[in-house]
Amino acid sequence: MSATMTMKERLAIGRVRMTELDAVVRSRNFEEVNRGLSREEAECEANRCIQCTHRPCVDGCPVGVSIPEFLERLAAGDLAGSARILTGDNALPAVCGRVCPQETQCEARCVRGVKGEPVAIGYLERFVADWAMAHADELGRPQLPASTGRRVAVVGCGPAGLTAAGELARRGHGVTIFEALHDTGGVLRYGIPEFRLPKEIIDREVARLLELGVAVECNVVIGKTLTIAQLKSAFDALFVANGAGLPMMLNIPGENLKGVYSANEYLTRVNLMGAGRDSQSTTPILLGRNVAVIGGGNTAMDCVRTARRLGAERAMIVYRRSEAEMPARVEEIKHAKEEGVEFLVLNAPLEIVGDGEGWASFLRCQRMELGPPDDSGRRRPVPVEGAEYDLPADVVVNAVGTRANPLLTATAPDLDLNRWGNIESDERGATSIPGVYAGGDIVRGGSTVILAMGDGKRAAAAIHDYLTGGGAA
Amino acid sequence: MFEVIGNDILAPNLHRLTVRAPRVAAARRAGQFVMVRSAAGEERIPLTIGDADPAAGTITLYVQAIGASTRRIVAVPAGGALRDVAGPLGLPTHIANWGRVACIGGGVGTAVLYPLARALAEAGNEVTTIIGGRSAQYIILKDELAAFSRELLITTEDGSLGRKGFVTHALDDLITDPKLRPGAVFAVGPVPMMRAVAEQTRPHGIETVVSLNPIMIDGTGMCGGCRVVVGGVSRFACVDGPEFDGHQVDFANLTDRLSTYRKIEAEHACRLAGKETV
Ligand SMILES: Cc1cc2nc3c(=O)[nH]c(=O)nc-3n(C[C@H](O)[C@H](O)[C@H](O)COP(=O)(O)OP(=O)(O)OC[C@H]3O[C@@H](n4cnc5c(N)ncnc54)[C@H](O)[C@@H]3O)c2cc1C
Ligand SMILES: Cc1cc2nc3c(=O)[nH]c(=O)nc-3n(C[C@H](O)[C@H](O)[C@H](O)COP(=O)(O)OP(=O)(O)OC[C@H]3O[C@@H](n4cnc5c(N)ncnc54)[C@H](O)[C@@H]3O)c2cc1C
Ligand code: SF4
Ligand code: SF4
Ligand code: FES
Repeated sequence: MSATMTMKERLAIGRVRMTELDAVVRSRNFEEVNRGLSREEAECEANRCIQCTHRPCVDGCPVGVSIPEFLERLAAGDLAGSARILTGDNALPAVCGRVCPQETQCEARCVRGVKGEPVAIGYLERFVADWAMAHADELGRPQLPASTGRRVAVVGCGPAGLTAAGELARRGHGVTIFEALHDTGGVLRYGIPEFRLPKEIIDREVARLLELGVAVECNVVIGKTLTIAQLKSAFDALFVANGAGLPMMLNIPGENLKGVYSANEYLTRVNLMGAGRDSQSTTPILLGRNVAVIGGGNTAMDCVRTARRLGAERAMIVYRRSEAEMPARVEEIKHAKEEGVEFLVLNAPLEIVGDGEGWASFLRCQRMELGPPDDSGRRRPVPVEGAEYDLPADVVVNAVGTRANPLLTATAPDLDLNRWGNIESDERGATSIPGVYAGGDIVRGGSTVILAMGDGKRAAAAIHDYLTGGGAA
Repeated sequence: MFEVIGNDILAPNLHRLTVRAPRVAAARRAGQFVMVRSAAGEERIPLTIGDADPAAGTITLYVQAIGASTRRIVAVPAGGALRDVAGPLGLPTHIANWGRVACIGGGVGTAVLYPLARALAEAGNEVTTIIGGRSAQYIILKDELAAFSRELLITTEDGSLGRKGFVTHALDDLITDPKLRPGAVFAVGPVPMMRAVAEQTRPHGIETVVSLNPIMIDGTGMCGGCRVVVGGVSRFACVDGPEFDGHQVDFANLTDRLSTYRKIEAEHACRLAGKETV
C-alpha cells in the first residue's frame, strides 16, 4: 500500500497520538504510561515519512539508525524486515524508543517537522522493537562467527556496557560483564522508573546477550572485588562503563535531616529494591505527604512522579530557573503536570528546616526572577529581595545532578582523568592505558542512554580492531 | 549465589556464618565490609567481614539478628546460600604502630572489632581489649581476642562475667594509669558506647577511631544514604569510612538518622509476625 501512496496523501496524514493511561489512574500506580501504537497506527504513521534522500533525521540520531529504511519496511507491512534493519543499528531499540529525547534528536531534524509535526520516529522505533521482542522466533537467531579466542571484560551493565558486550559478542569475542549491583541495567533499572521503562524490557535485552554467550557477573565491584590490573591480566581488553553514580549534595543546612534523599537513593529504593512498589520488598521508603523535588531534569521528573505514585498529596518540582530552561524532556514535564505535579519555578532552596525531632518539615525557598543572560546564553535567575518563604515538605529529594564516582578510577592511577574525575578517552573510547577503553557517563558526565550506547558501539569496534590487529584509532 | 558453609550460634541472636566468596576473601583487608542480600526482594545490608580464609575462599560474617533482614540471613542454614554478597567495600583500617592501643567492642561490635584488633596486634601494637555486653551470654569471641591481646577485660551490665558496669569503666583505668595509657583507641559497638568512649578520650587527646554503622543501600558511593557528619562535613561512610575520627563525628545526627525507618520496620515486623501465626 505504501508504494502506491502519493506524496500528497502522505502529507495529508496527521501525526499519531500515543495512547496513555488515564492521568488520575496512573498517578497512583507504576504501570507504563505510554501504551504503544497498534499495528494500524504504526503503519499509517510510517507512511507519513516521505523518504528524504538526504536523510536529515539519521544525522540527528547519535547512533545513525537507518530511519527511512526501517520506516519504509514498516509502511510496507514487512515488520520482520523493519526489525532487522532497526536491531542491526541499535542494540536497545525498545529502550531508546521510550527514553530518547527524540524531540531534540532524530525528530528535531525531520523534514515533516518544518511545516507541521515530525514523523513519530520514537513511537515507531518502540513499536518495531516491541514487535521484534514478541516475535523473536520469526526473526531467527543471529549467526555467530567462530570464536576468536579473545576475551574482553566490560565494567558496568548499563546501556554503554550492554551495547559494547553485544557488539563484541557478535564479532566472536568472549565477553564478561562485571556489575557492582546485584542486578543488570544500570540507570535503566535503578534510575528510570517502571512507568517509563518496564523492567521486563531490560530483562529481555539481557537474556538476548546471554544467548550470544555473554557472561554477566553481578556483585563484582571493580576497584574493590577485582582491580583493573587484575582484569587486564585476565582479559585481552577492557571496556569501562561504570556510569556517573555519585550524587552532588546541595550543601544547604538541613541536608542530613531524616526525609532528605538524593535522587539516586530515592529512585534506587523504589526501582531497584522495590520499596513502596512491590509488596514482596522489605526495603523501606518514607512516604511523604508533601514531597519537594529540587531540580528540573529528567531525574527530577522521575522522582516527583514517583512521589506522586507513592501517594504524596503534594508532589512539587522546585526549580531555580523558569520552565523554559528545564533540561527535562517536554513529554516528562507534560506527563508530570497531568499527574498533578506542581511546578514551583523560579524558586531556589535555601535550607531544609526540621521539626525539632530531626525530620524535615519545611523547605525554605527564595523566590527568583530572570535577570540578564549569563555566559551560557540562559537568563540567569537572581533573588527577589526579601521574598523568602517556607514550603511544607516532609520529604525532600535532591535531584541536582551526579558526578563521576571515583571508586574505580581511584584504584587505577594510570588511567588519565579530566578535572571532573571523568575518564579521558579519544573519539573511539581509547584511554591512556593500552587495551582499556571507556564510554558512557563515566566519560561524558551525565548524558543520555543513546549517547552511552553510541560510545559502547564505537568502543566495541575499536576493541575489535585492537584485538585483531586491524586499523588503529 | 554464595554458599553458606557454616552457621553457628555464638550468643542469643548472634550467629557466625562462614560463606564461600573467593574473590572477596582474596581482596579483603581488616575493616572492610560486604553488602548482603539473602534472597530476591530482601534489603541490601552491610556486614563487616570478620575474617577471611583466602586459601579456602571463605569469609566469616558475624550477624546479630535485630530486624527482618538480619533474621533472614541468620536463618540460612549451612548448605544454603545467600543470593548476593558484594565487596570488600569501604576503606581498610589504617594500621600503624602506636605502641599501645586499646580495642573496645560492645555487642556485635566485638565481632567487627576482632579483625581490626588482630591486624593491630600483627603490626606490633600491644593490644588491650575491652569487651562489654549486657550479661555473660552476650560476650563473644573472648578466647579469639585473648589469643593476641596483652590483656582482655570484660564488663557486663549485670556483673555476670568480668567487671560489673560498662566498657568505659575499664577504659578509665587504662587512661588514668600512665603506664597503661594507650596511644590510640578503637571503639566498635552501639552508637552510645562509641560516643561515650570518644567523649572519654577527648580531654586526653587520645586518637580515637570509631566504626560507624549508618543505613546503607548500595555501599559504593552511589546513593549518599550512608552520609555521616564528620568534622562538620558530610562524608559517605561506605566509601570514606566506615572508620572515622571519633572526636569529629556528629553522633547525635548518626543516632537520629538510624531511627529513620524505625516505625516502618516495627510495622513490618508486626506484619511478619502476624503472618507467621496464621
Ligand atoms: C533518573 C534518570 C533518568 C534518566 N532519564 C533519561 C532519559 O529519559 N533518556 C535518556 O536518554 N537518558 C536518561 N538518563 C541518563 C541515562 O540513563 C544515562 O546517561 C545512561 O544510563 C548512562 O549509561 P552508562 O552505561 O554510561 O552508565 P549507567 O547506566 O550508570 O551504568 C553503569 C553501571 O556500572 C555499574 N558500576 C558502577 N561502578 C562499578 C564498578 N566499580 N564495578 C562494576 N560496576 C560498576 C553501575 O552499578 C551501573 O550498573 C537518565 C538518568 C537518570 C539518573
Ligand atoms: C559498615 C557496617 C558494618 C556492619 N557490620 C555488621 C556486622 O558485622 N554484624 C551485624 O550484625 N551488623 C552489622 N552492621 C549493622 C547491620 O547492617 C544492621 O544491623 C542491619 O542493616 C539491620 O537490618 P535489619 O533489616 O535486620 O534490621 P532493621 O529492621 O532494618 O532494623 C532494626 C532496628 O535497627 C535499626 N537499624 C537499622 N539499620 C541499622 C544499622 N545499620 N545499624 C544499627 N541499627 C540499625 C533500625 O532503625 C531498627 O530500629 C553493620 C553496619 C554497617 C554500616
Ligand atoms: S535511537 Fe533515539 S535518536 Fe536514534 S532514531 Fe531511535 S529514538 Fe531517534
Ligand atoms: S526526515 Fe522525516 S520524513 Fe524525511 S526520511 Fe527522515 S523521518 Fe522520513
Ligand atoms: S550506601 Fe549508598 S552511598 Fe553509601
